[in-house]
Amino acid sequence: MQIVSEVREPLVTGGKTHKDVTEDICKQIEGAPAPAWLASFAASLLALGIGGYYLGDLLWNGIGKWGLNKSVQWAWDITNFVWWVGIGHAGTLISAVLLLFRQKWRTSINRAAEAMTIFAVICALFWPIAHMGRPWIGPVWAFPLPNTYGSLWVNFNSPLLWDVFAIGTYFSVSLLFWFIGLVPDFATIRDRATSKVSRLMYGMLSLGWDGSAKSWMHYESVSLILAGLSTPLVLSVHTIVSFDFATSVIPGWHTTIFPPYFVSGAIFSGFAMVLTLMLITRKVYHLEDYITIEHIEMMNIIIIVTGSVVGIAYLTEFFIAWYSGVEFELYAFINRSTGPYWWAYLAMMTCNVVSPQLFWIKSIRTSLTWTFVLSIIVNIGMWFERFVIIVTSLHRDYLPSSWTYFVPTIHDVGTYLFTFGLFFTFFFLFAKFFPVINMAEVKAVLKESNSKMYRARRTLVNEPLPTIEESVIEKEVH
Amino acid sequence: MDKNKHFLVGIFNDQDDLLHGVEDIRKKGVKIHEVFTPFPVHGLEHALGYEKSWTPKAAFMFGFLGTCLAITMQVGMMAIDWPMVIGGKPYLSIPDFVPVSFEFTVLLASYGMTLTFLFVRGYLPHSVPRIFDIRSTDDKHVMAIDLANNSLSEEQIRSIVKDAHAEEVYRRDFTDEENEGSFLKYVVDLFTNGVTRSSRIAHHR
Repeated sequence: MQIVSEVREPLVTGGKTHKDVTEDICKQIEGAPAPAWLASFAASLLALGIGGYYLGDLLWNGIGKWGLNKSVQWAWDITNFVWWVGIGHAGTLISAVLLLFRQKWRTSINRAAEAMTIFAVICALFWPIAHMGRPWIGPVWAFPLPNTYGSLWVNFNSPLLWDVFAIGTYFSVSLLFWFIGLVPDFATIRDRATSKVSRLMYGMLSLGWDGSAKSWMHYESVSLILAGLSTPLVLSVHTIVSFDFATSVIPGWHTTIFPPYFVSGAIFSGFAMVLTLMLITRKVYHLEDYITIEHIEMMNIIIIVTGSVVGIAYLTEFFIAWYSGVEFELYAFINRSTGPYWWAYLAMMTCNVVSPQLFWIKSIRTSLTWTFVLSIIVNIGMWFERFVIIVTSLHRDYLPSSWTYFVPTIHDVGTYLFTFGLFFTFFFLFAKFFPVINMAEVKAVLKESNSKMYRARRTLVNEPLPTIEESVIEKEVH
Repeated sequence: MDKNKHFLVGIFNDQDDLLHGVEDIRKKGVKIHEVFTPFPVHGLEHALGYEKSWTPKAAFMFGFLGTCLAITMQVGMMAIDWPMVIGGKPYLSIPDFVPVSFEFTVLLASYGMTLTFLFVRGYLPHSVPRIFDIRSTDDKHVMAIDLANNSLSEEQIRSIVKDAHAEEVYRRDFTDEENEGSFLKYVVDLFTNGVTRSSRIAHHR
């Protein structure tokens, strides 16, 4: 059924049929867990356990256990929050923005990327809750509930409250989008299930999906509208996260380029994390035919673009700090690059600005090893970016007697480890029990994408296109 | 959902054959009950003559409701119920209310539209679908034609569907029990008779 083009690689290689797609994806769910999966799952549970110990200690004794001090009142907590929420941007970007732009290559990677988004946002939400110190009374601080802990209502002038709504909405809508995408695939698994429990569980999850043409029509419309709603949403979320800093009066924070700069940084780190996870999943689940080198190359190109935007933002910030003539601002930036945290600034510049430029070389951006290594380097760099923005702007304030140097404690590291454990535990459970590739969407692009390439190839070599009778492919014109 | 029991089922392998088949069959005066496909086939809704989806209207209405609710809430809390001077800002600082209003609009539009779609189409955790052919979630397109709804004889319809390049055509009869689709009965049946028995209900050939 597939026509292989000479112009470009098809979206799914290996001449897969619709039946093969079902088989390849479902066998991971139906079979016994692979030893590699068991080992990785155990490792994430271990991280969750060790991190959980430090988290428990923190909640019992208070956030004084973190390395915060009078000048640096926000450090790893908010760094990790922004880092995780940034990672949580790629999924919706891939599924919503690329859907609106009709980028068919998204079909093989959107499911896992959306799952990653949801888990990353859970990890992000954990940080503001933990840094409340007394999270059990958090709801009255965060939600518009009448309370007697200060003013009667929450403060709608505060970007921190906007953040509650932004992240809450982003999480809810991403979860809905992801679940709606899963429904037809759950129906496929339900109809293949051989055990009673899985037939019942997947049956309930599939909501009794029957794939009728009328339902597909509404379903497609719902997906498109959800994509249309999620696109401004995903841009608004990191914009609002950047408002947490940009609306303050701290030198180094109150810059107007923060919203676009944070959004591109989020896409940058999100795609890097998608690559890290997809390269592992692809290898373990033998999905080389679905996640092809071309998919990886496309994502690497997005990394070059967003990485360069981030690089330009760093330079613009520095230039404007000097050009504005505000000496506090200029000092904040000079201190950032040459002060006691010069090593963090250097790590940020090297990992985020220099390393993604290697992807200009075709052999590097199509190499799995290079991609894997660079994807991790990018995320290290993005962590340092947030650390640099937050800690270097705080540690030397207006009063030199209160200048300090922030050092993380074991509880900072432990709670960070806890979020890693949480993220990977969720991700491995997802990879075992849910279809990692959107079967329905991949089936839908199997033929279509290939016939377009077929036409392109025929036009390129000046071969006349076959008449309608001759070709099955050409029927598609209708 | 209608409770008719006697159907003719046509199986199509290829989506283009299906699209042309649907057109041909409808041109010959046969009413198609529904087509079940493993993935969205573009143009099928036009071929079947369905009206455009109402979901955009639902999304707009829920979104508008969200905006109104969010603005009412913020103005009510900040300017009417408990006015306070915060950072020298006016009680009613409209620009500050934009982010929350936007987020709430998106939240209500998405959930309102999607849940309405699921409720209206009957997709709920306890729904038991009436499955014509189990391969419709795997790789085949399944066309169902209600015999009671057509004036042509079964044999005539059968030959029309065959001529439209259907791979297989067979008759499918439902019992009252299958048409009801009770969740309780489905679960009891699944756990007493096992998966093979209940899948035979679903794939009754």
